[in-house]
Amino acid sequence: MAVMNMIQALNDAHKVAMRADEDIVVFGEDAGYFGGVFRVTEGLQKEFGKERAFDTPISENGIVATAVGMAAYGLKPVIEIQFADYIYPGYDQIVSEVAKMRYRTAGEWTMPMVIRSPYGGGIYGGQTHSQSPESLFTHIAGLKTVIPSTPYDAKGLLLAAIEDPDPVLFFEPKRIYNGPFSGHHDQPVVPWSKRAEAEVPEGHYTVPIGKANVVREGEALTVLAYGTMVHVARAAMEEADVDAEIIDLRTLVPLDIETIEKSVRKTGRCLIVHEAPRTSGFGAELSALVTERCFYHLEAPVERVTGWDTPYPHSYEWTYFPGPARIKTALKKVMAD
Amino acid sequence: MARTAKQKTSSKKAQPPLGNKERPPEPKRYKASKEELLDFYKQMLLIRRFEERAGQLYGLGLIGGFCHLYIGQEAVAVGLQSAMTVGKDSVITGYRDHGHMLAYGIDPKVIMAELTGREAGISRGKGGSMHMFSVEHGFYGGHGIVGAQVSLGTGLAFKHKYADDGGVNLAYFGDGAANQGQVYESFNMAELWNLPIIYAIENNHYAMGTSVERSASEPDFYKRGESFQIPGIQVDGMDVLAVRGAAEVALEWTRSGKGPIILELKTYRYRGHSMSDPAKYRTREEVDSYKKEKDPIERIKAELEKAGVAEEELKATDKEIKDIMVEAAKFAEETPEPDPSELYTDVLVEEY
Ligand SMILES: Cc1ncc(C[n+]2csc(CCOP(=O)(O)OP(=O)(O)O)c2C)c(N)n1
Ligand SMILES: [Mg+2]
Repeated sequence: MAVMNMIQALNDAHKVAMRADEDIVVFGEDAGYFGGVFRVTEGLQKEFGKERAFDTPISENGIVATAVGMAAYGLKPVIEIQFADYIYPGYDQIVSEVAKMRYRTAGEWTMPMVIRSPYGGGIYGGQTHSQSPESLFTHIAGLKTVIPSTPYDAKGLLLAAIEDPDPVLFFEPKRIYNGPFSGHHDQPVVPWSKRAEAEVPEGHYTVPIGKANVVREGEALTVLAYGTMVHVARAAMEEADVDAEIIDLRTLVPLDIETIEKSVRKTGRCLIVHEAPRTSGFGAELSALVTERCFYHLEAPVERVTGWDTPYPHSYEWTYFPGPARIKTALKKVMAD
Repeated sequence: MARTAKQKTSSKKAQPPLGNKERPPEPKRYKASKEELLDFYKQMLLIRRFEERAGQLYGLGLIGGFCHLYIGQEAVAVGLQSAMTVGKDSVITGYRDHGHMLAYGIDPKVIMAELTGREAGISRGKGGSMHMFSVEHGFYGGHGIVGAQVSLGTGLAFKHKYADDGGVNLAYFGDGAANQGQVYESFNMAELWNLPIIYAIENNHYAMGTSVERSASEPDFYKRGESFQIPGIQVDGMDVLAVRGAAEVALEWTRSGKGPIILELKTYRYRGHSMSDPAKYRTREEVDSYKKEKDPIERIKAELEKAGVAEEELKATDKEIKDIMVEAAKFAEETPEPDPSELYTDVLVEEY
């Protein structure tokens, strides 16, 4: 076991995968020589050479598009889109080519590729460096969407994503790269090294795609979250001293609906937390599913705490961010009567 | 230093053909009057001191998130924009935008207050460092998405032509941005539709941590328009007089209805890409060589000396700028944040 933060765990996953499989190539803006702006691909070029770990021009469309060709012809590209906010120039390729290739070719061509991208707020990035675009991808059939929330999961899920025969959007919550976040921006970040989830096995292991993680068992309500918000929600529940069952979804598509259903049937209450805006956010899908499947077990309407239906603001980051105060307000509602 | 695409360069044997299209003339280094020299000096110093101050406020935590300084590149904005007409022409740029705004005469106070996210900021605290606008000045941002401004500027140029207002759009972008696909879609449209636009490529040799050598198949950016029939000129972007000279040629070209033109300004940023970048991907010697041998402010000082401007006169300017900065920083710190209700304004026409 080694103690790692999320960046180191992701870096290690790349190395483990690349050592085992020569078909894996890693590329993106600043991803080669420089090792990535968040250092996730650091040292890869040194160890695996410029053929397998390289820089691209600033061209998200080109990055995704060339990966499609590579994947169709037997390589396994693991590409980095520097921030999720820059993914849109490549969105056409993802929606029209990546997602549909297996279907279009009746299974002749597959897309064994991973599109990694840091996402989310809490870093004062404003409108073009803080977005959470996951539901733009969960809405598209033919894509898997994975979001880790700990170093252990980050490595295990990334290895699983790389080995998956289908395309995976792998969104990394950049706010918690270096340590989990309670949602209290005025408190210091506790580094990952102080947490059990930072214990990362050496070598190969996977965390299965499509399996949620019950991070805390409880009876009073079910909290559904992913990425940064797992930690924020957890801290809020602890502060409110409620016996919450907290589920880290880890994978949005395919969704582990069984784990969710089982939990909500037990607790009868459900609170959903995500950073992305509310309208058509992934919480809407979760709320619909929970209502469809657990309606007769629900004791209160499902509550959502989300970003607002506005661009991500430059001022008022912490008003926009679904932090502890807003989570507690929603908690009161979902726990009423 | 300036060279047009027609000339041979040392690195390549022959130039690709550019059809029979007329070429712009070779630009001449601008002959500035003493007053103009002083003005260039003042504007470049204003940008430099502003950026230094912004860096300090960032260090103090008053500015958060992303902040990209323009130090080293001052001659580009000042040389180009001094030739343009506020109210008639339009300017658009990326996220490294403070200098471009200052060179257009926009009040440093409201720029600084935008960096600190205040109500009095030029975008009412909504945009921050990367997203600033002043329609009054024909300044159309300030855009965080690399390359987007090139296409937007092309649309602005369309409007200049449509309205027949005699204006020209100046669209700035970097050597890194020059690799985005939409740049070439825009080039094609601009030439096809004969739009009055100057594509100003600020080649500071790096896109974040990636050098031009590692990202550009054609590192001579002024040639990037050739297959679209757009002429290009390479300019010493560390020399404000060379830049101004090239601006004259480019403006003459676009204003007289000859369509788009590309200027490649060879320049250098002294600081990291943004405040969080220690810039480990380049050598100290490389940075120092620019600071020592090519610094645009030192060079204009030398020109001023030649023109017989007394040291005293410069001191007065330095003092004036210092005072402006103290005032701007104070304002940016003290003026209030916007009301939280502002979060929901300007998303659509209606408030919701
Ligand atoms: C679409 C998009 N991709 C990537 C980025 C991240 N990014 C911001 S600036 C930058 C480098 C741009 O370099 P260049 O165009 O040379 O401009 P400079 O910073 O040198 O002024 C990158 C990769 C972005 N903001 N938008
Ligand atoms: Mg550059």
